[in-house]
Amino acid sequence: MNDTIISVETLGKKYNIQYLGEKQRYVALRDVLAEKTKRLFSRGQRAAANRHTTELPSTDSSADSCEDFWALKDVSFEVKRGEVVGIIGRNGAGKSTLLKILSRITEPTAGRVRLKGRVASLLEVGTGFHPELTGRENIFLNGSILGMSRSEIIKKFDEIVAFAEVEKFLDMPVKRYSSGMYVRLAFAVAAHLEPEILIVDEVLAVGDLQFQKKCLGKMQDVAAKEGRTVLFVSHNMSAITRLCSQGILVSSGHMIMKSDVNSVVSCYLNSMNEAGNKPRSVKERRDLLLQKKVFIGEVRIHDQEMNATEQLDVRHSFYIIFDYEIPRELQNIEMAVRIETADGRAVVTTLLSDSSPEALRETKLGAYEAAIEFPGMFFMPGEYLVNVAAHEPMGEIFDVRQTVARFTIQDTGSSFVRYQNYEAIGVVMLNLDWQQRHLAST
Amino acid sequence: MDELILESGRTEMNYWSDLWRFRELFLILAWRDVAVRYKQTVIGVAWTVIRPLLTTVIFTVVFSKIAKMPAPEAVPYALLVMAANLPWQFVATAMSESSNSLITNSNLISKIYFPRLIVPASSVITSFVDFLITMGLMGTLMLWYQFMPDWRMLLLPVFMLLAFAGAFGIGLWLCALNVKYRDFRYIVPFCVQFGFFLSPVGYSTTRIPEIWQWHGFQIPARQLYSLNPVVGVIDGFRWCLLRGEANLWWPSLVTSTLLTTVLCLSGIWYFRRMEKTFADVI
Repeated sequence: MNDTIISVETLGKKYNIQYLGEKQRYVALRDVLAEKTKRLFSRGQRAAANRHTTELPSTDSSADSCEDFWALKDVSFEVKRGEVVGIIGRNGAGKSTLLKILSRITEPTAGRVRLKGRVASLLEVGTGFHPELTGRENIFLNGSILGMSRSEIIKKFDEIVAFAEVEKFLDMPVKRYSSGMYVRLAFAVAAHLEPEILIVDEVLAVGDLQFQKKCLGKMQDVAAKEGRTVLFVSHNMSAITRLCSQGILVSSGHMIMKSDVNSVVSCYLNSMNEAGNKPRSVKERRDLLLQKKVFIGEVRIHDQEMNATEQLDVRHSFYIIFDYEIPRELQNIEMAVRIETADGRAVVTTLLSDSSPEALRETKLGAYEAAIEFPGMFFMPGEYLVNVAAHEPMGEIFDVRQTVARFTIQDTGSSFVRYQNYEAIGVVMLNLDWQQRHLAST
Repeated sequence: MDELILESGRTEMNYWSDLWRFRELFLILAWRDVAVRYKQTVIGVAWTVIRPLLTTVIFTVVFSKIAKMPAPEAVPYALLVMAANLPWQFVATAMSESSNSLITNSNLISKIYFPRLIVPASSVITSFVDFLITMGLMGTLMLWYQFMPDWRMLLLPVFMLLAFAGAFGIGLWLCALNVKYRDFRYIVPFCVQFGFFLSPVGYSTTRIPEIWQWHGFQIPARQLYSLNPVVGVIDGFRWCLLRGEANLWWPSLVTSTLLTTVLCLSGIWYFRRMEKTFADVI
């Protein structure tokens, strides 16, 4: 018997980026009409030159504003029945596109996929949950959205409720649920799907630790006992290595390797280091020490237990640690660390002189190590970049290291999990005291 | 073991059987829309009664008392208005609801596969629930006027089907265009308002002359008027509910039916063509 359950052959997905500017997220009929009219009038002069771009909705910079982008190209692999495959790669590598094609949300541009068996995809926790409906109603709604039949849901209803631990709140609208309850209920429905192929995207990053373990256990059961095939995307490497036997590494639309999970994960971690925090070579260091007044060395990120990692728990504090050298005697040195979001917005800058003002007046020489503790429950879940610089206050810049390190804050149970759209909420979170008085009951 | 092949341009051949497979999702989405609609507003059900009732009262006063439009003798003017209001409200709400349906369900569309046709279809069903409530109101009004419909009422489902097809067809066009051009939703309310004046809700279709003399030109006004697919539906409803007092004008009915069929089929065709790209652009 042929055991291949998923076979992907030279799969490709092309997106047509039509003026994907920040301001124009959507095509407006108004703009299309305006452009068409404009072109109608300018056609006389530029008819010949413009012929090949007739279909493009913009005139002048049409060649630049509309370009093809291959989110996936030439991806081929096979998955055997009962395998649990982790798909890893950086943001924008094409993982989500791959999952979207496999779950039939979007069509491939090239290549083909053969799937033998029922596919259920879990690209989001609680897809289709409606805040106004009760827990009971949402189980039915979400269940049928995920592809369960009504009789299947009725059969498993008690099991789902017990797994989610929400018996008492079944008839309450889910908008009044705590974020923990919400996620538990949503995952419980998904965990009771019985497809031959289960596709899971980054959904284990939510919920409290205990529930996460329960979910991981449930997923392991699904794969091991019931012989189901699971494709699993996550940035959480420990979850990947614990759950999966096989791994696929995707980078900028191409499949880099498919192998056993440990070698894929280590390959991924190495590639992350190369790209992000490339240490300066010995020669480079020697040259720079001659020119520069301050030399910033390695920048590391450590979690609460002082383990070097880039994956951080939103609830715990973490450290940014870096070395610097001052080859000549120098006064008035300010060290600064700036954290930016992945798209380059500055979130916070911290200065050495803020915590030790006297450091500025000291004349310094030699090698130093600085460690800065950042609090937990401060950065919103997401990816962040670290910049480190040494400068004279309001004056000369001695050394700058841009994007010298990066870290990802994993949401393991902030109160914002259920809203899912972190960008709309903020870049940082603050736990503030609310002083509330009851004035009158009308 | 059934094998599923995904590749470019292979619009699944089993689309229609898929549609059948996803019937439960269709029902549950329709149920969700209905449940949410009546949960969110305190006066939920009351609102669906108040709105048609008020429009009927206002129209009766404006068209019958102020504009002094003539009406068939045996039928109270309020019933004339109500019988037309019934399908008009249905078509109008179904149209505007389904045109927005893909956008409001964009989280589903970008996360889950199912035949997208389900979404606008289920929002038409939601409007049908409103229609049923208004139908009850119509019954009450008939009792009040002690007006008994006759055998013609049995043909009402036929015209209901026509209304369904019309609303669905327009809805499909609008919602597919709405995904592509996001400013299309500003056009929809305008279309509804425009359609309202082009539909014989407050007056009888007999007020439209068959031939309209205009600077020596002979314009087949009634025939042109029937290009509005709602005209045939409204005429049909009046004929069914009001003991045939409003006569059916066959040319108009045929035009409406033909046009509705074209709208519905072309709507499905356009929707299917655009469907593949929904998840990418939404």
